[in-house]
Amino acid sequence: MVLKKIVNWARVKSPWIIHVNTGGCNGCDIEVVDVLTPRYDVERLGILIQGSPRHADVLVVTGPATQQMKSRLKLLWEQTPDPKFVIAIGACACSGGIFRHSYIPCLGIDTVIPVDIYIPGCPPKPEAIIFGIAQLLAKLQGKDTPVITPKEIDLKSHIKDKEAFAI
Amino acid sequence: MAKKKIKVASPKTGCAACMPNTMEIPLGPQHPALKEPEHFLLEVEGEIIVNVTPRIGYVHRGIEKLAETKTYSQNLTLVERVCGICSHVHSISLVNAVEGILSKHDFEVPERAQYIRTIILELERVHSHILWLGIAAHEIGFDTLFMLSWRDRELSMDLLEEITGNRVNYGINEIGGIRRNMTKEQLDKTIKYMHLTIERLDRYVEICLKEDTIRLRTQGVGILLPSKAKELCTCGPTARASGLAVDIRYDDPYSAYKGALRDILKVVTYDTNDVFSRVVVRLIETIEACKYIIWLVENMPDGPVFAKPPRKIPEAKILSRTEAPRGELIHYLWSNNTNKPYRLKITTPTLANILSVSEMLKGDYIADSTISLASIDPCFSCEDRMITIINKDRRKSKVWTWNFDQLRKYSREWNAKNKRWKK
Repeated sequence: MVLKKIVNWARVKSPWIIHVNTGGCNGCDIEVVDVLTPRYDVERLGILIQGSPRHADVLVVTGPATQQMKSRLKLLWEQTPDPKFVIAIGACACSGGIFRHSYIPCLGIDTVIPVDIYIPGCPPKPEAIIFGIAQLLAKLQGKDTPVITPKEIDLKSHIKDKEAFAI
Repeated sequence: MAKKKIKVASPKTGCAACMPNTMEIPLGPQHPALKEPEHFLLEVEGEIIVNVTPRIGYVHRGIEKLAETKTYSQNLTLVERVCGICSHVHSISLVNAVEGILSKHDFEVPERAQYIRTIILELERVHSHILWLGIAAHEIGFDTLFMLSWRDRELSMDLLEEITGNRVNYGINEIGGIRRNMTKEQLDKTIKYMHLTIERLDRYVEICLKEDTIRLRTQGVGILLPSKAKELCTCGPTARASGLAVDIRYDDPYSAYKGALRDILKVVTYDTNDVFSRVVVRLIETIEACKYIIWLVENMPDGPVFAKPPRKIPEAKILSRTEAPRGELIHYLWSNNTNKPYRLKITTPTLANILSVSEMLKGDYIADSTISLASIDPCFSCEDRMITIINKDRRKSKVWTWNFDQLRKYSREWNAKNKRWKK
């Protein structure tokens, strides 16, 4: 029990991350790197970026998981040692975003691997990313985190002039 | 393990089959040096790289096809998502193409809108080049410069956020003008921040020219001779660092570059052809870009920023070229008198520059491959595309490199075989 407490304490104090781009537009990636640099500086929370998935606790995933990257993302997830956590950054990673209706099924990363924290936005501001990380740290400590269940909205009922929007 | 036949090098004949064994090292798609998924196959002989094969296609999202299903105004949002770093220049390209069609039907964009667009274009160049300086410093292990330059990049990011409302995908363009006007306070702040950025950049130029940490890692590495650069159709800072004076802003001006700004525009070139020369070209270009912003703010005309365009775009085919931070960006638009484009084709600078990487890396050490690769400022999200080769017999691939006589012979044979075939 004491050992478990110590391990948990260590995990909360130094969540090392690996950044995976699964075909995003670079917008979220530069915001992730921005978070690591002096203005926002998350190194004060003990967060360090790692080169290899074997050294990381947290997978930070951006991009809509394109057809080519799906199998690679799964491999990376399998290489990360347990217990592992996944953060999906950006609208693409959460749901596919603007590329959802493309002929390539870009439906977000949760169709490939389980996700712990979703940070929506196109791209999310660095403050939002830090808030998301704080939520993850709270989750590690065993505190309650807000869970938002997505609601399905029937957009077709809102469209009055259907012919104008027909594709 | 199955036994492999080992070829023994024979000194008498120097043919390629008898060469000493080379090893293949994969780089990517997930690699600490690459921020994006991309694959490079390095063929090495000991420590020295012999051949490089890039493989693209990991970031293919089908944007060109998606663009056909959206209206022009929606497409501006989509096209910005081609690349997060040079998002404004993509929307400028599309807007220029559409306005180029409309200009034949007496439609004019207000001049103030063009000036504000150009300010954001140059601000984007400033932030992109400083970002690149940080990444390049990170690749050679000089993390202090990485942190410092990213701190100073925040100045231009703050300006962009204040002017457009967003940090990365600005969404300020609209066909016929822009969505937000700039207030006087914003203009004053722009000048103030730009002077500060120039001051900081001067220091970085001094660091990059004098510091051994940078000079020893970049000088003589990743050499691309001007003749090769021309042969491989490089563009942007990569070509300018090889001594070729190509700049779309000067050669084929658009937006506010058409006016008096062209007189003070400088095409920055440097002639050592290595990574060091690319560092110098980008740094000096950033300082120049700051000066253009100050000039644009000082000479800003008054007036409206938006003119309402017609909903349907007349039928035309148009090509619009712009100078992105990485080089020449081409948008080819085919409209068909509806509110949606019939075809949109995007060709980005990294696609033009990617082949020069394999030329740069040949003969270098493996340890230098990352900085050589970073020196073209690769943006793989822009350039990824998919090619489908359609064959009659899908199982066999055919190489169609025939001359005219062979083609004629083939057509005779084909016609003899398929006599009853009719159209």
